[in-house]
Amino acid sequence: MKNRLFYFIPYSLWLILFVGAPIVLMLGESFLSISHHFTLANYQDFLGSGTYLQMTFNSVWYAFLITLITLIVSFPTALFLSNLKYKQFWLLLIILPTWINLLLKTYAFIGLLSKDGSINHFIELLGFAPQQLLFTEASFVLVAAYIEIPFMILPIFNSINEIDRSLINASYDLGATKWQTFRRVILPLSADGIRAGIQAVFIPSLSLFMITRLIGGNRVITLGTAIEEHFLVTQNWGLGSTIGVVLIIAMIITMALTRERKKRGRK
Amino acid sequence: MVEKQSRWANVYLVIMFLILYSPIFYLIFYSFNAGQYMQNFSGFSLVHYGELFADDRMLQIVLNTFVVALLSSLLATIVGTFGALGIFSVRNSFLKNLLLSLNNILLVSPDVIIGASFLIFFTLLGLSLGFGSVLMSHIAFSIPIVVLMVLPKLNEMNSSLIDAAQDLGANSWQVLTRVILPYLTPGIAAGFFMAFTYSLDDFAVTFFVTGNGFSTLAVEIYSRARQGVSLEINALSAMMFLISLALVAGYFFINQHNTTRKSKKGRGRG
Repeated sequence: MKNRLFYFIPYSLWLILFVGAPIVLMLGESFLSISHHFTLANYQDFLGSGTYLQMTFNSVWYAFLITLITLIVSFPTALFLSNLKYKQFWLLLIILPTWINLLLKTYAFIGLLSKDGSINHFIELLGFAPQQLLFTEASFVLVAAYIEIPFMILPIFNSINEIDRSLINASYDLGATKWQTFRRVILPLSADGIRAGIQAVFIPSLSLFMITRLIGGNRVITLGTAIEEHFLVTQNWGLGSTIGVVLIIAMIITMALTRERKKRGRK
Repeated sequence: MVEKQSRWANVYLVIMFLILYSPIFYLIFYSFNAGQYMQNFSGFSLVHYGELFADDRMLQIVLNTFVVALLSSLLATIVGTFGALGIFSVRNSFLKNLLLSLNNILLVSPDVIIGASFLIFFTLLGLSLGFGSVLMSHIAFSIPIVVLMVLPKLNEMNSSLIDAAQDLGANSWQVLTRVILPYLTPGIAAGFFMAFTYSLDDFAVTFFVTGNGFSTLAVEIYSRARQGVSLEINALSAMMFLISLALVAGYFFINQHNTTRKSKKGRGRG
C-alpha cells in the first residue's frame, strides 16, 4: 500500500514526540544538577541517603498491601459474579464506579472518615470511643484499595468467565470436592487474570499521590508523592527524575514478574 | 448447568456492592444537606446546587473540562485510527510487535511519570503551560487506546473487500473512505468514547502540565478538597454521577449496536 507512509506521519510524530522524547528527557534530566550540569549526584543522593531508600521500600510495601487486600476481596467477587444469571449487567455495575472521577471518590472518604463522620458514628454505636481515622496509614491503604477493586475484579472475572464449564463439571464428576475443584481447576485457569489484575493495581499504587495527600495527610510518602514534591514544590527536577527512573524500573520489574506465561499450558 | 450459589455468596456480593457504592451515594446524599458539612444531616435543601450554578469560576472549569475532553478525543481518534491503519499494513511481524509495544508504553506508565516527563518536554520546547499543553497531553495519552480499539476491527476485516473495491476501479482514497472507514466505524466510535472518558477522568497528568491560569475539574476539586469540605463539590459530584450514567448508557448503546450488526451479518450469511 502506498498510503502507508501517509498513515504513519501523524502517528510516528506522536511516537517520537510523546512516547520517546519525554522518557529520554526524563532519563537525561536525572543526570543534571539544578544548575544543568552533568552529575551523578542525584543518584548518589538517592542511593546514599537512607531516607530515599526507606521511602522506596515503604512505597513498595504499601503497594503490596493494597494489591493483597484488593486481590483477597476481588477474587471471590469475580468468582461469584461469574455464576450469576445476568453477569454482564452486574459486571457493568462493578465497573460503573470507575467512571466517577477518582478525586470525587477520594473526597467522599474525607467526609466518611472525619472525626465526626459516619464511620466514627458507627464505631460509637458499637460502644467504642471515636478514633482519628483520617490521616493515618491504614486509611490510605483502605481508600487506595477501594479505588483499585474494580480494576482487579475485571481481569479476574474475564479469565474465570472463559473457563469451559465442562471442565468444572468433569472435575465434580470425577469426585473432586468443591475445594479441590477450586484449588486444582479454577485457580490455575484464572492465573492469567490474577496476574493482569496485580499488574493493573500494583503499578498505580506505587505512584498514587493525591490519595496520600488528601487521606494520608503527608504521613504516607510514595514514589509518586516524592516525584510530585520534587517537580512541583521544591523544583528539584533532577532528583524528581531520578525517582521517576526508579519508578519506571519498578514498573518494568512488576511487568516482567506478572507476564503471561504461555509455555506452561503444554506439559 | 450453572450450579446454584450458596446464600453466602450472594450476601458477599451484596456487601461488595454496598461498599463500592456507599461512598458515592454518601457524597450525593450530603449534597442535599442544608448544613455546611458532610455530617449531621440537618434538613433537605438545594442551596448547594444554587451555589454551584452561581459559581462562574466552577462553571468555566466544567466547560474547560468538556472542551478539552471533546477536542482531545476527536484528535486522538483521528491520529489513532491512522496509526492503527499504519500498524495493520506492516507485514514484518517483528516490526509490528515493536510498534505495538511502543504503542502501549503510555497505557501502562504511571500517570505521574507521564505528567512529569511531559512537563520536562513542554518546558524544553518553551511552551507556556495552560490550555495548549493540557490538550496536547490528553491527545497524547488517548491515542494508544484508540489504536487498541480500532486494530481488532481491522484484523477481522475481510481483505477481499479491498481487493473487490480495487478491481471495480476504486482509487486508494475511495477504498479508504468508502470501504475501510465505514467498516471500522464501531471500533472508531468505541475508541473515541474511551478517549473521552480517559480525558474526563484524568487528574495527575493535567495537574503536572496545567500551570497557573488553566484548570480542569479534577484539579480544581483537588485544590478545594485540600482546603476542606465544601458541599458545592458534593453537588457537583451528583451532577457528575448523572453524566457518568449517561456515558455508560452511551457505551452500552455502542456495544449493543456492534453486536446487533454482527448478528445481522450472521443471519444474512446463514
